[in-house]
Amino acid sequence: MSARVLRNATLALGFAFLYGPIAILTAMSFNASRLVTVWGGFSTKWYSALVHDERMLQAATISLSAAALSALIATFNGLLAALALARFGAFRGRSLFAGSLYAPLVLPEVVFGLGLLLVFVALDVERGFVTLVLAHAAFTMCFATVMIHAALKDCDPTLEEAAADLGATPLRAFILVTLPLIAPSVVSAYLLAFTLSLDDFVIASFTTGPGATTLPMRIYSQVRLGVSPEVNAISTLLLGFVALILTASALLTRGRAKGGGAG
Amino acid sequence: MTDSPPREPRRLTRGEWLVIAAPAAWIALFFLAPFALIVKISLSRPAQARPPYEPVFDLASGVAGLLEKISQLGFDAYRGLAEDTLYLDSYLSSLTTAGIATLVALVAAYPFALAIARAPQKWRPILIGFAVAPFWTSFLIRVYAWIALLKDEGIINHALMSLGVIDAPLPMFATRGAVIVGIVYSYLPFMLLPLYAAIEGQDPSLREAAADLGASPRQVFLRVTLPLSKRGIVAGVLLVFIPAVGEFVIPDLLGGSDTLMIGRSLWNDFFANRDWPAASAAAVALLALLLVPILLYERAQTREGRR
Repeated sequence: MSARVLRNATLALGFAFLYGPIAILTAMSFNASRLVTVWGGFSTKWYSALVHDERMLQAATISLSAAALSALIATFNGLLAALALARFGAFRGRSLFAGSLYAPLVLPEVVFGLGLLLVFVALDVERGFVTLVLAHAAFTMCFATVMIHAALKDCDPTLEEAAADLGATPLRAFILVTLPLIAPSVVSAYLLAFTLSLDDFVIASFTTGPGATTLPMRIYSQVRLGVSPEVNAISTLLLGFVALILTASALLTRGRAKGGGAG
Repeated sequence: MTDSPPREPRRLTRGEWLVIAAPAAWIALFFLAPFALIVKISLSRPAQARPPYEPVFDLASGVAGLLEKISQLGFDAYRGLAEDTLYLDSYLSSLTTAGIATLVALVAAYPFALAIARAPQKWRPILIGFAVAPFWTSFLIRVYAWIALLKDEGIINHALMSLGVIDAPLPMFATRGAVIVGIVYSYLPFMLLPLYAAIEGQDPSLREAAADLGASPRQVFLRVTLPLSKRGIVAGVLLVFIPAVGEFVIPDLLGGSDTLMIGRSLWNDFFANRDWPAASAAAVALLALLLVPILLYERAQTREGRR
């Protein structure tokens, strides 16, 4: 009995630590007072101020479109890379391929951002929206690969072999048999690449240009000036948006697990 | 490299090349070329130009040009790193700050992971899901949330003062302690997940057997559960320590102007001083610093993958 009490107390403490600061931030975005320690009553005025903040809105548009595009490239590349890792067995150069594929997972963001910038400079590409999308597609690809690779490992290769025995070309077998089976994970990979791109500040700062300031960059320049209710409001919106995507992604992968159990 | 695959490595078929070509080209361009360029720029000298560094070598200048350039390679940027006490301080400070934060995260995450792993089975996936979910929400915003808590006129100081615990605000914001709290908070999911996996995967009958043989709950934990979760501890420590050493956002937002960290020095060299060779040299030095933990992590991963 006491072990259970201790366990539940630990859980409560852990979740309070993880979610407390976020909850306070959310509450403060509805605080009419500017001071974090004074509750001035419930108000949505910081949200209405946001709607009229042209620069914030423009940054949000850039971030959302960069996230949508880069996640598309990352998911496509991640799918191909995961396919190579899961189905090609031991091929020449596999260690190099896998090793460099997962490098961004452990590389400091400042190093990766600087390296990408140097590539763009060497190629003489002007920095802006395009380089932002490419950079985000590069760093989110490994996360997409990890997710899709996990799904492919769970997916029975004999199904593909059966399709091949029945006369399907490898491409047809993949599109008609494997892809539908791993589709939920592919969609999840897209959604996670999307949220990672939407959140990124460091890599974007290195690789974007004057015309394409992202939402995190805009937020950052305001945050450096201190806590402000407007930032609380935009943060709350962003947190809510990401929570929505996460829920969708979690529901999708749960559906996969269930489907896998039934089939 | 030392991977011993079951079969002899084989050549790819043409169809397989079609699959792998795009990601391989992508990796070469965006993962491998950046390394080469960072090393190259770190060897050049800063210049008042766009881009602000002198060229090291061009393929167009041929072998003779290459040899000539190599003879004048500049190690100035590295000399700067070694001589500048600011840089040395920020290396040491990065390592100690990340090290302390990793230990705190381990001590905080272990009971949490244990509590989740011992919860009723149907609750476990939900609990671990909620514990890891914050990782996917905005990093920047999670760090920002701590400013309102830690500042002199912030929530914690306000609460402590109105309770009469303290008379004057505790200086928590803009200190190394704040940076450590920020790192622990931000990277806790990285520690939690491998710990949970290592504890949850243990066979409960081992603990029962130990208890049957007369071990106290404390002995069961110290001699069964803890040793069996070693793999999770190693993975979690590396997963927190590696990104923490190169962290920029947390020391910049929660640290004071005297809280030096290597990621921040790199950032300042690049954005404030526009000294690209120095920033690149800092990046090379940072990678060298992280090489051992990264290789350890890679080795742990391949071992994991082979099982």
